[in-house]
Amino acid sequence: MEPILIEGTPKTPTIKFDASSGVFEIKGRSIPENSVDFYKPLIDWLDSYKEDPNDKTIVNIRLEYFNTSSSKCILDVFKKLESIYKAKNEVEVNWYYEEDDEDMLEAGEDYESIIRVPFKMIEIVE
Amino acid sequence: MSFNVESYFSGLSDGNQILYYKGNIDSDLITRVLDMVEEKLISFNESPKLRKRVYNVLVESLQNLYHHAGAVPAGFEDQTSERFGILSINKIHDGYRIVTGNFIGAEETDELEKRIARINNSSNEEIIELYKHILNHQCISVKGGGGLGLVDIARKTGNKLGYVFNSYDADTYFFCLDILVNNNK
Repeated sequence: MEPILIEGTPKTPTIKFDASSGVFEIKGRSIPENSVDFYKPLIDWLDSYKEDPNDKTIVNIRLEYFNTSSSKCILDVFKKLESIYKAKNEVEVNWYYEEDDEDMLEAGEDYESIIRVPFKMIEIVE
Repeated sequence: MSFNVESYFSGLSDGNQILYYKGNIDSDLITRVLDMVEEKLISFNESPKLRKRVYNVLVESLQNLYHHAGAVPAGFEDQTSERFGILSINKIHDGYRIVTGNFIGAEETDELEKRIARINNSSNEEIIELYKHILNHQCISVKGGGGLGLVDIARKTGNKLGYVFNSYDADTYFFCLDILVNNNK
């Protein structure tokens, strides 16, 4: 499977989804007006990946800001990962948040309470 | 005489207005406003926490205008804006006051008012549960909004949403949302 590599912009995050390593990354700001357009290719890619996933998939989320329409799309990404996890594959989400950014920590905890995949909350200390 | 949009907003300024805009709300405008306000917040030496909250609330408020601003009524001074909106940001003693305004069809006001009332009558814990419920159970609307914007603003600020529906003509209201972002939470 070809990896997805998307450079970040002021409104959209950097995306690195690599099926060969099983390491996925979403990093930066996710505040586009039309989040569905941005995330649809990722969701489609995950649909293919989940047919033959790695034994272990590691997902690193390092978001500085995200808007509420992105929050629904990110949930859709996690739901794909959940189905991979339910099919007896190892999946781990690393949710990074900056020191004192309790809003971003709470956002990670929201997902952790909805999605049945192991989450690690990791504080970035400068 | 119909509601005067301009004089309403000029009455909001208490001398510390850091940004005022009226006109078309498109994607480029949103990017420019966010950049400008982010630079100002840094130059004012605001704490990272307050800076992030103001930025987040501004993103949601502007994108609410982008997704939900109604058609400009006939006779209004600006007939060219596809999505007409007004934004005012004032620095106040312990934070920022963000006020947005947009036209809305008279038939939509009841539903919006019910949604705001539900948010304003909820405790912080209930707002978190409401946010998670909408996040998990509601699809993105045809207008592109997630239905979460107002809930997110209330959650991030910890303050009640101020609002007023000003009657403009028989079919149209001018809706103003008045948000306080401070160190309340």
